[in-house]
Amino acid sequence: MFLQQIANALALSAVYSLFAIGFTLIFGVLEVITLAHGAVFMMGAFAGLIAVTKFNAGLASTLLVSMIVSGLAGYLIDLIAVGPLRKRKFHHLAPMIATIGCATIITSTYQGIFGAEAYRFPFDFVPSTSYDIVGIQLTLLQLIIIGISLFLMVVLIFFLNKTRWGKAVRAVAENPRTAALLGIPVEQVFRLTMSISSAFGGAAGVLTGLNFNTIHTFMGGPILHRGIAVIILGGMGDIRGAMAGGLILGFSEILSVAYISSDFRDAISFGLLFLILLVRPSGIFGKVIERKG
Amino acid sequence: MLELRDIYTNYDHIRALKGISLTVREGEIVALIGANGAGKSTTLNTISGIVKAAKGAVLYNDKNITKSSTHSIVKGGIVQVPEGRAILTTLKVIENLELGAFIRKDSHQIKNDIESVFSRFPILEKRANQLAGTLSGGEQQMLAIGRALMAKPKILLLDEPSMGLAPLVVKGIFGIIREINREGTSILIVEQNARMALQISNRGYVLETGRIVLEDSSASLLTNKKVIEAYLGG
Ligand SMILES: Nc1ncnc2c1ncn2[C@@H]1O[C@H](COP(=O)(O)OP(=O)(O)OP(=O)(O)O)[C@@H](O)[C@H]1O
Ligand SMILES: [Mg+2]
Repeated sequence: MFLQQIANALALSAVYSLFAIGFTLIFGVLEVITLAHGAVFMMGAFAGLIAVTKFNAGLASTLLVSMIVSGLAGYLIDLIAVGPLRKRKFHHLAPMIATIGCATIITSTYQGIFGAEAYRFPFDFVPSTSYDIVGIQLTLLQLIIIGISLFLMVVLIFFLNKTRWGKAVRAVAENPRTAALLGIPVEQVFRLTMSISSAFGGAAGVLTGLNFNTIHTFMGGPILHRGIAVIILGGMGDIRGAMAGGLILGFSEILSVAYISSDFRDAISFGLLFLILLVRPSGIFGKVIERKG
Repeated sequence: MLELRDIYTNYDHIRALKGISLTVREGEIVALIGANGAGKSTTLNTISGIVKAAKGAVLYNDKNITKSSTHSIVKGGIVQVPEGRAILTTLKVIENLELGAFIRKDSHQIKNDIESVFSRFPILEKRANQLAGTLSGGEQQMLAIGRALMAKPKILLLDEPSMGLAPLVVKGIFGIIREINREGTSILIVEQNARMALQISNRGYVLETGRIVLEDSSASLLTNKKVIEAYLGG
């Protein structure tokens, strides 16, 4: 029973981490908390759903479609809403408010098209086999979710640490002005970061849709709250922190549902968040964020 | 090759530059000296496009770059080592150097150039895999200069390379600046340490509250009574 909960917690955590890693990257680079990230997540889920139900796409192409649609959404959000405010050197709050606007527009448009009902993937989209891995029963679906999430996170970390553009992203995160003086096109880096991070949000969306086998237009709200919790927990802007935070939140939710009561799930996991922040106000991996220029 | 024509630059209500004209010719070292707040950094930042001139023109090889973006100015060959060095502390020393070459695509030659930065600054090779934030002030200045060289600049803008460094280290850095110039890079150097700057430069400009009040060969400036009184502690 306990081992079964571990399997559930791993799958849930993987998706939380995937969602939060992009969320935290955007904060680290653009210094904006994008409250449209939940809506982008929902877009990814619907894109995947349509790819499967209308075009009979396989798993890989479904994931790809979700990431492309959400990545494009992120690109446009930066182009239309966040970017122009950045150029005008507005207060940090203005871009955040702009992302609320984007979230509202996206969500209400989708509600207009898809309504409020829950959609499902075809019954046998992922065969319901399961495997025994070191004593833990994992369904094929859970394996896929964990595998894809880990794979994407490893790719992102490789990108940031080993590639020319990835290093440029880290340079901009530390100091956009210094980055510009190195010949890095800072605006392009901002846009690239928004696109990649949103693509990750879209992947998290379609994987969540598969995990619970429900997709609906208001699924962006709860994940957004959790994402905020996770990146605060991990330390704002910190990639490892987002992964660790996702793990903590995923496990605390599953275990509180299993052993206490599902009614208290959110109270317990967010209570835990407060406790951790009392001990470490800047999060697990957080340092005091300071930036010049 | 670089010319500023009657440049005015403002920060909101503060008028930092009030009609600056200066030139840097091919192969020269030009010094820009002046007191705190005179507008020296603003001059370099206007050239680099970090702040935009309200009036006047920056010409580079007769092309108007006044409104160009910072990254395209760097790509064109004007590279600045900013005041306070501004190295990327959360990246490794080697990554700082690699990013210095961001505008280049010749990855094989980049490796060779990193090696030649290492032979110019051997300490950087020892520290290559450390985070740049762990370097001492002098080492950070070496990294900042080494990183700028990675872009293969045609003109190097140096903003107070001596700031906060021990006299012996300053001497070393100035020796290297001279060397870089001999290898063919033109240099515009901003300094509080006017004596050092005038000793290595061909010509100099004296900046006072946003205006150029004197311009001459560095040799003459070094013996100019006003300069000696105001800037050479004499
Ligand atoms: N970002 C800014 N915002 C507002 N005012 C500024 C800004 N940067 C510089 N100034 C003002 O512009 C004027 C020129 O500053 P600048 O930094 O160019 O001087 P400087 O000659 O480089 O001085 P220092 O020797 O202290 O580095 C000063 O009055 C300064 O207060
Ligand atoms: Mg200055």
